[in-house]
Amino acid sequence: MKVYVPSPLRMYTGKRSTVEAEGATLVELFADLDRQFPGMRFRVVNEQDRIREHIKIFVNQELASDLSHPLHSGDTVRISMALSGG
Amino acid sequence: MSNTAGKSNGRGALSLLVGTRKGAFIIHGDETRSTWKLSDGMFVGNIVNHMVMDPRDRQTIVMTVRTGHLGPTIFRSTDMGKTWTEATKPPAFPKAPEGQTGRVVNHNFWLSPGHPSEPQVWYVGTSPPALFRSEDAGMTWQAVSGFNEHPNNAQWVGPAQEGPPDGSTLHSIMIDPRDPKHMYICLSANGSGVFESTDQGANWKPLNKGVDCQELGVPLDAEVGAEPHCMRIHPLNPDRMYQQSHCGVYRMDRAEGVWVRVGENLPKENDISDYSFPIVLHPRDPDTVWLLPLDGGFPLGRITPNGKPATYITRDGGKSWKRQDKGLPPHDAWFSLKRQAMCCDSRDPVGVYFGTTGGEVWASADEGESWAQVAHSLPEIYSVEVAEPA
Repeated sequence: MKVYVPSPLRMYTGKRSTVEAEGATLVELFADLDRQFPGMRFRVVNEQDRIREHIKIFVNQELASDLSHPLHSGDTVRISMALSGG
Repeated sequence: MSNTAGKSNGRGALSLLVGTRKGAFIIHGDETRSTWKLSDGMFVGNIVNHMVMDPRDRQTIVMTVRTGHLGPTIFRSTDMGKTWTEATKPPAFPKAPEGQTGRVVNHNFWLSPGHPSEPQVWYVGTSPPALFRSEDAGMTWQAVSGFNEHPNNAQWVGPAQEGPPDGSTLHSIMIDPRDPKHMYICLSANGSGVFESTDQGANWKPLNKGVDCQELGVPLDAEVGAEPHCMRIHPLNPDRMYQQSHCGVYRMDRAEGVWVRVGENLPKENDISDYSFPIVLHPRDPDTVWLLPLDGGFPLGRITPNGKPATYITRDGGKSWKRQDKGLPPHDAWFSLKRQAMCCDSRDPVGVYFGTTGGEVWASADEGESWAQVAHSLPEIYSVEVAEPA
């Protein structure tokens, strides 16, 4: 499935704004992203396996509340940077 | 770090590693320390709390990196910042058992190279306050459980909302050059203070006797609650220690075990106080120390008193101090500086450097007798460290 990557994370994707990754949940998707782009997961997901405070993950148009969110073939995942000051 | 260098290498170019709220910069100096050239920005947009060259190999640079959104990580360079490699296992707390709330590293705050006998070892202090150790020159980091899981940890660290504005921190990680197992740390937190370990971090004891923070409501005999902003041990006489505290400038000779306030000996002039954040020790003379006093009145201005910045130097262990303001703005210079934003080199005479919250970097090649601005208009400066590459 297609994953939209915000600009702060493109240092991991060779500046690509979209990448392909697989998984039946966001847990698996981020494991796949970290295999492809080492280090990327920890910037988005903290050591307690929570999505970081100022990051939002949208699956299609739906805001995912945690990493257990299910994924299906053809879904689109967007990693979004929430507002966090100047 | 600047204060771990005991011997002067005496020659060769040196550089200043500048961490800012919006990226990192290197200011390349020549051998005479009279010409300086600013690098391009590195990691522009990222928050760089600290960037330190390893004084043991004089090649490896380790840097803390985060953004307002992304989690905190650490990068390493061995080519003076041309290329960087990210830690494969950045500092992180253990995952909490199911149903419990675990701690999360907000940012990596203070880097310290380890003992010379352990050339791959580094330490980092974080916010919330915790200590982590790397044994592979910064690529992977492990929690120092002796502090992070200490029975008194919750009391010492306290709730986050009671920490300072940028978060509670663990800082001033000092390794005794005679013994890698003997180390000190400082906490700026709820139960803050200086802490000492003699078994490489397995156990810790507060070391705050003599610090008078009654103005903060801390009883004079309290074990913790003193508020160290920056503590240094002398590289050649590690039993001589100094701290710039919220509650003044103190000296300790370790055998005595009592902090003695030497900041009160500052001259009563120009509305200065012994309130500030950094403190810098001469690399070869344990009696010589530099301060840059800030406004410590109420409400705390934390800026240069009356807009007239100056460093103050003691050459007698704090008994007397002399103002040094030649070359600094004589008026209308209102700035502050962070605890990691002042340092010195190992040359003779010693070069002293500081960076301001207004993005200026100032240098003195004559032990503070005269100053020159070597960079300006940088983002808010968090740290300035000397790099003397091999």
